Amino acid sequence: MMRRDDDVIIGLVARTASPFIMIFALYVIFHGHYSPGGGFQGGTMLAAALILVRLAAGDDLAQLQFPRAWGTPLGSAGVLIYWGTGFVAMLCGGNFLDYAFLPLAGAAPHRRNLGILFIEVGVGLAVCGILTAIYDDLLEGRPRD
Amino acid sequence: MFGAVLVLAGMSLPDRGDPRARLHRDPSAAGTPNAPSYYIRSPERDADTPNMVTVILADYRGFDTMGEETVILTAGLICFLILRRERSKEKRS
Amino acid sequence: MTDVLLGHYGYWFVFVLMVLGFYGMVVKRNLVKKLIGMNIFQVAIIMFYLSSAVKWTATIPIADPALGTADTALYISPLQHCLMLTAIVVGVATSGVAYALLITIYKRYGTLHEDELLERMKNDLDLE
Repeated sequence: MMRRDDDVIIGLVARTASPFIMIFALYVIFHGHYSPGGGFQGGTMLAAALILVRLAAGDDLAQLQFPRAWGTPLGSAGVLIYWGTGFVAMLCGGNFLDYAFLPLAGAAPHRRNLGILFIEVGVGLAVCGILTAIYDDLLEGRPRD
Repeated sequence: MFGAVLVLAGMSLPDRGDPRARLHRDPSAAGTPNAPSYYIRSPERDADTPNMVTVILADYRGFDTMGEETVILTAGLICFLILRRERSKEKRS
Repeated sequence: MTDVLLGHYGYWFVFVLMVLGFYGMVVKRNLVKKLIGMNIFQVAIIMFYLSSAVKWTATIPIADPALGTADTALYISPLQHCLMLTAIVVGVATSGVAYALLITIYKRYGTLHEDELLERMKNDLDLE
């Protein structure tokens, strides 16, 4: 699919840019409180950083960065964080997903603030894992060149 | 052939223009308090957070976000299951 | 009449996109083109909702410490943005599953053109 002489430049640029994209994606997730962003946007950018290396440097090289087998478990871990926060809130006395009852320090608005942060991290991990897993599954049976 | 679809879409002219604010009036059309006004006033007070969209998504409408995350997890699992069967069928044949 | 036409200018672009997407979904014979039409239609619907949230005097829905939140005419309505985030991600999930199904159909029948596909499926059912 790629000519051998194009390989080096595109692969090198993609591999260099990918960590910076991931750092910016983490910034977008954690600053969802104060600027536009949040879980879905940051998760999609994380997935974009991983898929960039898959497209530019080949699937086999990208396995060193993020192996194929990690995609679906990461997605499930993200959903587990979300539901786990909801159940912790329920176990500590409130309704499901009522962040005021989480066992954290601070006044009620601050607890809601941190509860939203946990939710966004869970959503970001889930979106990243699942989008990368969909990409890997769609390319599963392709003949190797 | 699809002028019919165009005419249908164009004739159902919504009564609001691009900057008009009938949707945003404070006692809304049904007499209830307007939901976007509450969502604009409340996030600073309830969750110490300037970003209104995040607070709506994660706090006031958290069930929708939970269902939607389940949707994307289900889609990923479906892709895995559909394409795995193809792989094992190829290995057997 | 022209006042109404000019006032709703945001919606005409969205209607054009909707018609294009709908046309692609219904008229085109190739299954991949139908899926692309569905994606265009989804984007048009999302932009329709977002363009209904805008107000003249307003800025982005993040509370500015200088402006305060008492006057709701200064911020655009955040409700539509929240709902459309969900809609975008559901669209991505639907497209992923649809392309996986297309790969399976291609491996099974060898074609993605609607008429040939129906022919081969009918032959399959007749031979069984």
